[in-house]
Order: sequence, then C-alpha cells, then structure tokens
Amino acid sequence: MEKLLEEFSVGLFFWQTLLFGLLLFLMWKFAWKPILKAVNDREDGIKDALAAAEDAKKEMQNVTADSEKLLKEARAEREAMLKEAREIKDKIVADAKEQAQVEGDKLVKQAQATIESEKKAAVADIKAQVANLSIDIAEKVIKEELSDKKKQEKLVQDMLGDIELN
Amino acid sequence: MRKTFFTRFLLIAALFLGQFTFASETKEEADGHGKDLKTEIKEYIAHHLQDAHDFSLFSYTKENGEHKYVGFPLPVILWDNGLKVFSSSKFHHGETLAEVDGNYYKLYHSKIYKTDAEGTIHYDEDHHATNVKPLDFSITKNVVMIIVTGLLMLWLFTSLAKSYGKNNGIPTGAGRFFEPIVLYIRDDIARPNIGEKRYRKYMPFLLTIFFFIWFLNIFGLTPLGINVTGNIAITVSLAIMTFLITNFTGTKDYWMHQFDPLGKSLPWYGKIPLYIILVPIELLGLIIKPFSLLIRLYANMQAGHIVLMSLIGLMFIFKSWLGSPLSFGLAFAISLIEVLVALLQAYIFTMLSALYFGFASEEHEHDHEHEAEVAH
Repeated sequence: MEKLLEEFSVGLFFWQTLLFGLLLFLMWKFAWKPILKAVNDREDGIKDALAAAEDAKKEMQNVTADSEKLLKEARAEREAMLKEAREIKDKIVADAKEQAQVEGDKLVKQAQATIESEKKAAVADIKAQVANLSIDIAEKVIKEELSDKKKQEKLVQDMLGDIELN
Repeated sequence: MRKTFFTRFLLIAALFLGQFTFASETKEEADGHGKDLKTEIKEYIAHHLQDAHDFSLFSYTKENGEHKYVGFPLPVILWDNGLKVFSSSKFHHGETLAEVDGNYYKLYHSKIYKTDAEGTIHYDEDHHATNVKPLDFSITKNVVMIIVTGLLMLWLFTSLAKSYGKNNGIPTGAGRFFEPIVLYIRDDIARPNIGEKRYRKYMPFLLTIFFFIWFLNIFGLTPLGINVTGNIAITVSLAIMTFLITNFTGTKDYWMHQFDPLGKSLPWYGKIPLYIILVPIELLGLIIKPFSLLIRLYANMQAGHIVLMSLIGLMFIFKSWLGSPLSFGLAFAISLIEVLVALLQAYIFTMLSALYFGFASEEHEHDHEHEAEVAH
C-alpha cells in the first residue's frame, strides 16, 4: 500500500484526468455520436427493408392464392361447360334419332298406303278387262251357236229340258 | 471464468519463474560476478515500470563505459514557488543536477527532488529520500503516450465516422475492423447490463474507456517500454471517473437501496439494529467497486510486464544452450497471452463499469407496475 502511494504521481493523475476528459468530449462529439447514429440508421434501414420484404412476400402469397383461385374457378367452369356440351350433344343425337324414326315410320306407312291403292286399281282394271273379254267371247260363241236353225232349236230344247228338270 | 484462467496461468508462470530465479541465484553466487547482472536487470525492470521524464527508446554502453541513450527529452513542469519549465535533457538521465532559477533539482528513481548545489539526498531509516518533492506536472513519457493514444483514437474513429457518409452507411478501411468491436460493446456490454432504455447515455464513456485501455495495453507490449495502464495514477483516474458517473447518474431507487436496502419488507424498528451494520457495508461497497477496478487493471498490467521482462532478463542470466531458448520460448508464449490479457483487461474494466452503471440507473419497474394495477 505504501509502495502504491509512493508510486502515485499527482502530476500524471492530473494530466490523465484532463486529457481523458478532453478525449472523452472530443470522441463523444466527433466520433461516437456520428458512428452510433450511422449504425442505428443502418439498422433501422435493415429493419425497414426486412419488413418491406415480408410485406412483399405476403402480397405475393395473396396474389398467388388469388391466381390459384381464379385458375380453379376457370377449370371448374370449363368442366361445367364441357359437361353441358356433352349433355346437349346427347340430347341432340337422341332427338335426331327419334325424329328419324318417326319420319321413317311415316314414309313406310305412306308407301304402304300407295301400294295398297295401286294394287286395288290394278285389280279393278284386270277385273274390267276380264269382264270385257268374257263378254266378247260370249258374244262370239253365241254368234257361232246361233248361226243355223238346228242348233238354235237344239239350244232351246236343252234349255227347256233344264227347266223341266228343275 | 476466462479471467480466473488467465490469472491462474500467470500465477503458475510466476511460480515457475520464482523457482528459476532462485535456482539461478545460487549458481550465480558461486560464479561471483553474476550478481551484478541480476541487480542490473532488477533495477532495469523497476525503472521500466515507472514513468520517465524523457522518452528513451533504448540505451547502450559505449566501450569507454559511457551510457548512451537514444530518444528525446520531454518538458519538465514543476510548481515550486512559481512555475518552472525546462527540458528534461538538463538531468542527463539522472546523472547531473538541473539548475533552474537558483534551485537545484535531482532525478532520483524517476522522481524529482529538490536538493542543494551538491545534489545531496537525505534518507530516513527505511532508505526513503526525505528531500522536498516539488509538485511535478511534467509531460512525462506516459503523458506523451496518452496524447498519442488520444490522437490515434480521434483519427481512427473520426475517419470511421466520416466513412459512413461517403460509403452509404458502410465503413471502409480500418473501420471495418473497429466497427464490430463498437457494436459488440453496445450489444453485449452496454445493452444487457444497463438496459435498453438507458444504455445510450453511457455509450461514449464505455467506448472511450475500452479503446483507451486496450490501445494503451497494446502499446505496453511494444518494445518501446511503455507502461501506462500499469501505473496507479492512471487507473485511479479511470476508476474515479467510473465512480463519479455511477453516483451522479444514480436514480432514486439506487440511493434508496444504498440507505434503505430492505425497503418495505421490514418495519422501521426492526431495521435499526440491522442497518447499523448493513448501511456502512453498502456505503463501503460504493468505494470498493471502483477500487477493485483500479487495482485489477494496475496489478494485471504490472504483473504482465514484470513476468515478461523477467523472462527476457533470464535469457541474459542463463547464457546457456538450454536455459536461454527455454526462457525465450516462455517469453514468447507469455507475450502472446499478454496480447489477450491486454484485450481482456480493457473488456473487464468496461464490462464492470457498465454493470455498475446498470445498478445505479436501475428503476424498479415492478413496483410501478404493481402500483398501476392497484390504481386500476
């Protein structure tokens, strides 16, 4: 302790206190204040930038979600449209089939009716011709038969004979 | 933790050293003339540890036995019935008296004494000089180093501060090395110990004291023979500043804690017998805290210099193929450790100062919160 006290120099203590005080003041004013301010500013800048990046990320996520939603909707719409088209197609085909059936049936019936009437006309014609022919033949036969007296008499005889028999 | 490791290491190193010197002592005494060298080294170390009135880089002895010093003199400023200013070259490194205005001054063991014309020094029984010591405000070697360190710090950190403006808030050059240290002191010393709200006002002091001690410690490791932080006057001054700042920035809570440590937990009549002991202990603690600071820094730097110089001195004492390389290796290892100790002591001083500031500026927010709750 005594050695320490003897070593203690008042002059050095004086200079140290004075110079350190001066140094503290100068460093405070010209070094630490601007340095700490610059560092703080930079840190705030980094914080802001990070926050902005976070916001951008969120925004991006929202946008992605939105587009995803839109895509889903579009897909669903397309699906619905395709389904509808398929249904319409089926309906059209079925309708066409039905209509064709009806039309065909109608045509067949018409044809049948025509055939029937043609047939009837033909039969009537044949009938008339046969009758005319028969009359002609009968005329010719009768003319032949009634050409001489003998035969006429004989015919009358036959006919009378039939009547008697009846 | 780290600190105890280093002190332990130094202690062990010092113990080994003691054995070495003891062993060599007996050997040298047999030789007869070795003792001269030993006392010379001892005196050299003692001289080095003290402040000097001139800045001598090294000295050597000429063939004719004349001591030659290489360096430059410094101004001596004395207050002895008026201001006396003269160059320290008048002392011729203690070999001659300096005569100023009819007064004679003698440089004896790095201290200036007033003597008569013959330079007689009077001693008491303990071989202490009893001559009058005039008040010595000389610009000594340590003062020069303080100025050099101060200028260095100003130059380094103002250029760092300026580099922010030039380079978009990013440091350039040496600032790239020092900025992380500044940030470390802010984020790992000031913030956790003082608190987020109040740390800002202590930052300039903490930063200044850290770099001041660190730079001077590092200067102490150069071969220029500088020992500023190992000087008691320096550490006393630094510790007093911490003490003053601690107590001038102390809050009401801090002083309440000093004089009324138990608070509302005990009725006043119970406190009286306790406080007779407790309050003086608390007040003593105020003094002991900075005292431990100044002794720690002083002793660590002083011890480091003694160990290192003794090991270097051993090289000259051993003068053998085994001993000299061994002490060289040890000196090398110790100087590496001293580089760490230089940083560590600066860190500890700053850290503990921050801790004391933290105690002093603490406000017990829990109480306020509690009161607020009650008010609701």
